[in-house]
Amino acid sequence: MIITSRFFNRSELIGFVALALVLVVILPLSLDVFRLNLVAKYLTYAFVAIGLVLCWGYGGILSLGQGVFFGLGGYCMAMFLKLEASSVENTKIQSTPGIPDFMDWNQITALPLFWQPFHSLTFTVLAIILVPGLFALIIGTAMFKRRVGGTYFAIITQAVAAILTILIVGQQGYTGGINGMTDLRTLKGWDIRPDHAKIILYFFEVFLLFGCIFIAQFIRLTKLGRILVAMREQEDRVRFSGYSVANFKIFAFCMAAIFAAIGGAMFALNVGFMSPSFVGIVPSIEMVIYTAVGGRMSIFGAVWGALLVNFAKTGLSESFPQLWLFGLGALFIAVVLAFPNGLSGIWADYVQPRIDRLLALRKSKSGSPWAGNSVADGAPAE
Amino acid sequence: MLIGHQPKPFLLAVEALTVSFDGFKAVNNLSFYVEENEIRVIIGPNGAGKTTVLDLICGKTKATSGSIQFRGKELTKLKENQIVQTGVGRKFQTPSVFEDLTVFENLEISYPRGRTVFGSLAFQRDDAVKQRIEEVAEMIFLKDRLDTYADQLSHGQKQWLEIGMLLIQDPELLMLDEPVAGMSVSERAKTAELLNRIIKDRSVLVIEHDMKFVEDIAHKVTVLHQGQILSEGTMEKVKNDPKVIEVYLGH
Repeated sequence: MIITSRFFNRSELIGFVALALVLVVILPLSLDVFRLNLVAKYLTYAFVAIGLVLCWGYGGILSLGQGVFFGLGGYCMAMFLKLEASSVENTKIQSTPGIPDFMDWNQITALPLFWQPFHSLTFTVLAIILVPGLFALIIGTAMFKRRVGGTYFAIITQAVAAILTILIVGQQGYTGGINGMTDLRTLKGWDIRPDHAKIILYFFEVFLLFGCIFIAQFIRLTKLGRILVAMREQEDRVRFSGYSVANFKIFAFCMAAIFAAIGGAMFALNVGFMSPSFVGIVPSIEMVIYTAVGGRMSIFGAVWGALLVNFAKTGLSESFPQLWLFGLGALFIAVVLAFPNGLSGIWADYVQPRIDRLLALRKSKSGSPWAGNSVADGAPAE
Repeated sequence: MLIGHQPKPFLLAVEALTVSFDGFKAVNNLSFYVEENEIRVIIGPNGAGKTTVLDLICGKTKATSGSIQFRGKELTKLKENQIVQTGVGRKFQTPSVFEDLTVFENLEISYPRGRTVFGSLAFQRDDAVKQRIEEVAEMIFLKDRLDTYADQLSHGQKQWLEIGMLLIQDPELLMLDEPVAGMSVSERAKTAELLNRIIKDRSVLVIEHDMKFVEDIAHKVTVLHQGQILSEGTMEKVKNDPKVIEVYLGH
């Protein structure tokens, strides 16, 4: 019987080593700080994509509103940073010093009550996890307990994304409006803007990303992971096996929300601002595209999807700004029609078997173990 | 009626059960009782409401009125998963197994432990689980297919797997909707053998069209017609009931 107790199977181990090699060694050595900071920005979407693998790939719950949670996490982080940047000293030219500049422009004269706790970093870190987590819990409970699913759920998440964007833009005095929260400077007195800070933040983000990958992989390997797959195909059979299907969906949705929120918080730190343009319908759909391109059944694939699509986006939109959106749309259609399992599916179907054959050949010649070569070949090809 | 002087409490008591879909009464004022260790077969023409009765008992469809008592517990107020946890198992007409999972994993999901979110995160595949899965797999003729993905099984094997998934839940009342439909002759014989083995120590409610199969297993037969009971009793009695011959067996 093949019951693996190992955390990663062979090809996942290759995927893990390849990703670690690229993110920790190759990219930092080969890119300048500006480009590395771009990678950091792309990776914030990888958090969302990993969440979508659990929620959409495994659980079959398509959320077209992950921008909401990305935004909530991002705004929580940005509120802390903005408060720190709005010390009395920094804002003495304002009519009310000590409050964020956009509040002053909107004739607000005191810090609103819900902003107060964001003076504390501990509170902020908890809020980054709990605010989106609780919001997802509420939406999930309201929807899944009533058996709202599939397309209807996807449309409702879109509506939530649209509503939150409108709310943020409309409440300019409390949120910074359409411009968002800009001019974020320091984290507990540590300047986040210079090059060396960007590099440290990049590595911290990669560290968190691997943390999330491990959590996702752990969930995938438990019985809960298999129940998610079972639920995707035969919801009734799961229900009549004695499980509350709604609770499992809520769990998957909440996990996806929390991952997205961590990504959002890292976005605020790495990019130095947060705005409603990362909350709405379009960014939410783009996040689904990253996951689809990378492979919605593959945690590592999702990370590659987020990286590669964003590289392509930057490259293409620098040279052909008008064409980019068409390109993205075409890419999505192509992936859905031709490669439903995305890049990781292509890898598993076409590349992996060749590597296996090659290794089997080499093994039979020399008897050497498989590790090493395949990793070096593997990484860039994907 | 029987209620006044029943010798022992019924396992399942369905009373005055009615369900109406936009005014159409698919099940109309239906009452019947299933005893412990009884094998009851429900037969009847298409559209008689047989599957609807099972749907009502397992909670898939909500009753318009009436009551369903299982060991004294009112099932109409419970959710599907709670009904399963009180000891009612249901097999669907079309095999519904998890095709993206292996036979082992299919059975493991049905194993009655770790059914909450956090329970399933903490669930360990220990020896008790493995042993029970192997035991059941042997019973359902799939012992050497444990690592096969369910989508590669034949139609009959999928039906067996689903029966196995119910078996591992160890329900007190097992409900089977056409368990031998679409099976080959040899598969049918094997299934009858399997069913005869698993129905020991539990009550079974079966919907079936295959009269020979019904005769083989039934203790008592209920004939449904237009949502109501047309006849009830032993196979012998039902077979000779002129009303039954007219609407069902005569064709």
